[in-house]
Amino acid sequence: MEAPLIELLKDKVNADAALVRRGRFLTTTFLVEVGTTQWLVSIVEGRIISVTQGPFVMPSWSFALRAPQEEWQKFWSANPQPGSNDLMALIRRRVLTAEGDLHVFMANLRYFKESLEKLRPARVVA
Amino acid sequence: MSASFEPVIGRYINLDLFGRAHRIYVEEAGQGTPLLCLHTAGSDTRQYRGLMNHSAITEGHRVIAFDMPWHGKSSPPAGWHEEEYQLTSAHYTTMILDIMTALDLEQPIVMGCSIGGRIALHLALDHPERFRAIIGLQAGAHVDPYYDLNFLHRPDVHGGEMAGAIVSGLVGPDAPVKERWETLWHYMQGGPGVFKGDLYFYKVDGDIRDRVGRIDTKRCPLFLLSGEYDYSCTPEETLAVAASIPGCEVTIMKGLGHFPMSENPESFVGHLMPVLDKIRALAVPR
Repeated sequence: MEAPLIELLKDKVNADAALVRRGRFLTTTFLVEVGTTQWLVSIVEGRIISVTQGPFVMPSWSFALRAPQEEWQKFWSANPQPGSNDLMALIRRRVLTAEGDLHVFMANLRYFKESLEKLRPARVVA
Repeated sequence: MSASFEPVIGRYINLDLFGRAHRIYVEEAGQGTPLLCLHTAGSDTRQYRGLMNHSAITEGHRVIAFDMPWHGKSSPPAGWHEEEYQLTSAHYTTMILDIMTALDLEQPIVMGCSIGGRIALHLALDHPERFRAIIGLQAGAHVDPYYDLNFLHRPDVHGGEMAGAIVSGLVGPDAPVKERWETLWHYMQGGPGVFKGDLYFYKVDGDIRDRVGRIDTKRCPLFLLSGEYDYSCTPEETLAVAASIPGCEVTIMKGLGHFPMSENPESFVGHLMPVLDKIRALAVPR
């Protein structure tokens, strides 16, 4: 599931004008690790300019978010269950590791939460 | 143009708390059994706007809430600009009891959420005679920090944006958009370091794990209600507290998160009314 999915991030984020505006002071590259697969996501002034799949020889990134594939899968489901519904919920359960320069991650936390949640299918209302 | 007033009335009360002068904002609506409501960390009385505007609640209850010092429209005490704000169990308990006295509240029901749910457990243990019943929302005995709290208060991170983003996932998925973002707005409006100072009580000073089992529900009935999607105080943690206290009643609220009364008032009232009905049925002069 993960290969095409993460690449969708670029179009989905860039299509959301309000999200890009909130990220207008954000320029960075961060790493997403889904199980054993790594991705580098580069952002310039709130727009995602590239999503690149690893493996990498000498990757540079400001911070990394690493979780097992099954945890990301639950996070990216249409109706995530309690404990899988938010990045902070994953961190609280110690299944998502955030490491590196977390200042950029925390100062723009809403941007990163909402960007990564873009990979969820539309919520199914019972 | 249509305009309408809500039945909510707000006033300021001046009183000494912990030996210092304070100006505290109090609001209320309804008539009947006093129901004193305690807001969460880093927020204010507006979290109870849904209850204060809900006739099913206000027909039989005088719903009262105050902004804690440093929060909402209550001021920090003079001299605050040289201090680091840190909420302690002792100060939290004192402010609740002293404000009750100042308002002439005789054995109210007290209902608190999150830090308010935690202090509700302290009150159940240490001051049961002061209350008709105690309701803890999102109440657990302890929470370990799961992120670096320093991010909540430093000059290179916007405190309001940070607080709102930290708690956004604690709102349940079914919350109406309007109420979700109203709830987060309150967090975004908190003063510098205030949310962090409240969490000192929540994550350090207010730990009640070693005493919570001594709560005697025969001295004061205790009800715990927790939202299914809360990962700060999880349903499992509330259930564990309830299991350690004989006579404690517990409700897990499906679809709701950490701010039930604010994120989804209509759904929350559906869970609260049976509890208030039970308290009414229990009400015999003690």
